[in-house]
Amino acid sequence: MQFFFEVLIAGLLSGVMYSLVALGYVLIYKASGVFNFAQGAMVFFAALTAVGLHDLGLSLWLAVPLTMVAMIALGLVTERVVLRPLVAQAEITLFMATIGLTFFIEGLAQAIWGASVRGLELGIADVPLDWLLDHANMAISQFDLIAAGIAAVLVAALAIFFSKTKIGRALRAVADDHQAALSVGIPLHHIWGVVWAVAGFVALVAGLLWGARNGVQFALTFVALKALPVLILGGFTSVPGAIVGGLIIGASEKLAEVYIPPLLQTLFDTQMNLGGIEGWFPYVLALLFLLVRPEGLFGERIIRRI
Amino acid sequence: MFYREAGQFKATYAEDNRIFPIRQDRIVFAFIIIFAFLGVPLLASIGLVSNYTFTAILTPFLIFSLAALGLNILTGYAGQLSLGTAAFMAVGAFASYNFMLRIEGMPILVAFMLGGLCAAGVGIVFGLPSLRIRGFYLAAATLATQFFIVWCLTKIGWFTNYSSSGVISAQKIAILGYTFESSMSKYLFVLSVVSVMALLAKNMVRSNIGRSWMAIRDMDMAAEVIGFRPMRTKLMAFAVSSFYCGVSGALFAYAYLGTVEPEGFNLDLSFRILFMVIIGGLGSILGSFLGSAFIVLLPIVLSITIQFLEHSIGLNLPSGIGSSIELMAFGSLIIFFLIVEPHGLARLWQIGKEKLRLWPFPH
Amino acid sequence: MMNKRIGEVILSFENISLSFGGVKALTRIGFDVREHEIRAIIGPNGAGKSSMLNVINGVYHPQEGEIVFRGKSRRGMNTYESAKSGIARTFQNIALFKGMSVLDNIMTGRNLKMRSNFLLDALYWGPAQREEIAHRRKVEEIIDFLEIQHIRKTPVGRLAYGLQKRVELGRALAAEPSILLLDEPMAGMNVEEKQDMCRFILDVNDQLGTTIILIEHDMGVVMDISDRVVVLDYGKKIADGTPDEVRANQDVIDAYLGVAH
Ligand SMILES: Nc1ncnc2c1ncn2[C@@H]1O[C@H](COP(=O)(O)OP(=O)(O)O)[C@@H](O)[C@H]1O
Ligand SMILES: [Mg+2]
Repeated sequence: MQFFFEVLIAGLLSGVMYSLVALGYVLIYKASGVFNFAQGAMVFFAALTAVGLHDLGLSLWLAVPLTMVAMIALGLVTERVVLRPLVAQAEITLFMATIGLTFFIEGLAQAIWGASVRGLELGIADVPLDWLLDHANMAISQFDLIAAGIAAVLVAALAIFFSKTKIGRALRAVADDHQAALSVGIPLHHIWGVVWAVAGFVALVAGLLWGARNGVQFALTFVALKALPVLILGGFTSVPGAIVGGLIIGASEKLAEVYIPPLLQTLFDTQMNLGGIEGWFPYVLALLFLLVRPEGLFGERIIRRI
Repeated sequence: MFYREAGQFKATYAEDNRIFPIRQDRIVFAFIIIFAFLGVPLLASIGLVSNYTFTAILTPFLIFSLAALGLNILTGYAGQLSLGTAAFMAVGAFASYNFMLRIEGMPILVAFMLGGLCAAGVGIVFGLPSLRIRGFYLAAATLATQFFIVWCLTKIGWFTNYSSSGVISAQKIAILGYTFESSMSKYLFVLSVVSVMALLAKNMVRSNIGRSWMAIRDMDMAAEVIGFRPMRTKLMAFAVSSFYCGVSGALFAYAYLGTVEPEGFNLDLSFRILFMVIIGGLGSILGSFLGSAFIVLLPIVLSITIQFLEHSIGLNLPSGIGSSIELMAFGSLIIFFLIVEPHGLARLWQIGKEKLRLWPFPH
Repeated sequence: MMNKRIGEVILSFENISLSFGGVKALTRIGFDVREHEIRAIIGPNGAGKSSMLNVINGVYHPQEGEIVFRGKSRRGMNTYESAKSGIARTFQNIALFKGMSVLDNIMTGRNLKMRSNFLLDALYWGPAQREEIAHRRKVEEIIDFLEIQHIRKTPVGRLAYGLQKRVELGRALAAEPSILLLDEPMAGMNVEEKQDMCRFILDVNDQLGTTIILIEHDMGVVMDISDRVVVLDYGKKIADGTPDEVRANQDVIDAYLGVAH
């Protein structure tokens, strides 16, 4: 039981970080109706740029703001060069364009900083928390706890930003109806610029946290890809959905990784190594979920009109 | 001046329904086919086409064309975006391998067919969500195919005949006692398979089944109202598409790589094939070939350019820069084509022909 | 004047109710349609006219009520069944297949009459080719009838609005329907285009005996060509009868003049 909770909590903690990545997608989708596949590449780009600058001798306190500037620039350029010419195109065309963007950003990041794995030291040790070890005999990583804490704060801040601030409300208006928003004088391009910048910021935080945990490398883009099943579970337009979806995916993939292989081994009576289930489990879970509830946990069901 | 349809009257609907209703197109096409089957081997025999050209350009070009064709049926014609193409190729490759391995005297072409059918079966299963979801929801769901299939092939030893490294060595391609060993003979083998399958695909897309796919793609509710059944139509698209990808995967293993591991069919390959379809032209058979040629040639051209720059100007580029530039080039081209010409190279080709038709009097 | 033989009731509705969430699109609607007649449905925007057509060919499923079609009573229709039993339609917002040519669009209308399967299609040989050509011949007749020969190979996305409406009618006619549902076929057309469309509708009704259920806003047209008219307002039926009866009905006058209920 102890072990079960250890796995569960570790899963939930990494789930919070999935939520963080997923939130980047939700932000852009809500504001501009674009499903930005490149969010994962942005996470990678942000982490690599921050570490790259740090490795050049800059302190993190300088490297991170500089990276933020780069992310904002990237967001603005993307909005201008990719999205604006494609406005009013089919959703799927925009989606494919962001796949192109993904490759471009990944290539750009590696062209500038090289393709080797870089370590990132945030000064938080990835060791079990003593207090929990002593009192509950559970090994929960201190790093994971703090990272999840940071992510949670950020998620909460964004939720407040969306519901309470003027710009957040404008954003929601835009998401609901572009034409109407335009007609009451909300400057669309301005809003989109802000959204891409915020998404860039989210990517940066996610990149730093994931990068410090697993090393800054290309594989980060695969971590970011896991935000997709998170979104399928939570619904592409829902901030709470992204959070709950992230937790479910994080917890279930860790539990699956630990408990399914032995199950299969006894079932089929083999000694095969069946590890790596977490590589596909979230996707298959999402796929099964889609069959039952295509609109996600928090998305709304729509009846198609003709 | 010569590219005119003036004076060519079509007396019957059969003539008007031909793949190339204009005579000049038929001549050009016949020329290309004859050149591919006879001209290229002739040039090779006098040393003008090297082994490298066969193994690194022509054969992979044809094999990827077939995969792109498969994906184009699904995405370009039926409008269902998939990011799991490589997984279907893997199913085709490993299924063919096991049919050859486990059934005595299995003819290779039959094994490829069966491999394709297995891929089609897997395609149908993973196509089921398409009945309820669309667009990028579906794309995200197809990632399940990609990761799950590759994992299965990697972890379940039976598929790779318990090879410790997970790598399989494809059996020889032999038909009626003749073994396709040389790079040229493999090229001709692949060319034959791909030509036949391309013709079948063209026939499908210009008849009722093709119209059903496009109808579902363009306006699914209206398609349903006039009597197309969405489930049947979509699953058919998944099945046919996966069949093509499966055969392409088998050729990939047997005629191109020879030895292959499941990881060879990774997400990156899926994306590459998607790029071929987008750049070549969504909803175009010709486009699948053009896109494949483009994506196969681009890295080669890039690396030659980089080498040239390094040698001639003495530019010292960091190692690995080639693949980064390649990624950036792919990415920007996708965006460029989606913005400027969503129907890709195939459309550009058509526009070129229209111009030629009016030439030299442009109005 | 036309000399039609209006036949028996082939389609009737009883107490049809349909709602979306809180919105009641249709409330206990009942009326019937006779063979060979032109039956108009009129009413202000949002009255539920299109929803009614969607109920008829199974796009929407009413929560309550009963549909009797060719003597068989059922709860709701389904799209495939209704297409199969000869109901075809056009849409208020053109629903053509944008990426396909005019010819291909109209060919899709014949899909239920095609026997060949995908394997024969792939070979495009023998029966498959013969069938394709036979249907092509039929489609060419429709193209001639609608006078759109010059655009047969044009992708429909490039056509003007009025022509698109005509192609959509062609696609519906290709199915050789016994009941044709037309949702505002003349909306947004100029006078000349409207006249053409009227002529086509009357010809189809007259020569092929096709039963037509027509939604139209142009009162002149409706009163001219329809045999009976049903009037909806806020999802309720407020009148039903011949054009003259409907014209004289006080509720209809009120609804159209916007008098508060
Ligand atoms: N798919 C749908 N989802 C939600 N509401 C709908 C849908 N289709 C129709 N409605 C609602 O039903 C009512 C009737 O619409 P409709 O049948 O289109 O009217 P009409 O064709 O008479 O203008 C309207 O209030 C409309 O908003
Ligand atoms: Mg309407």
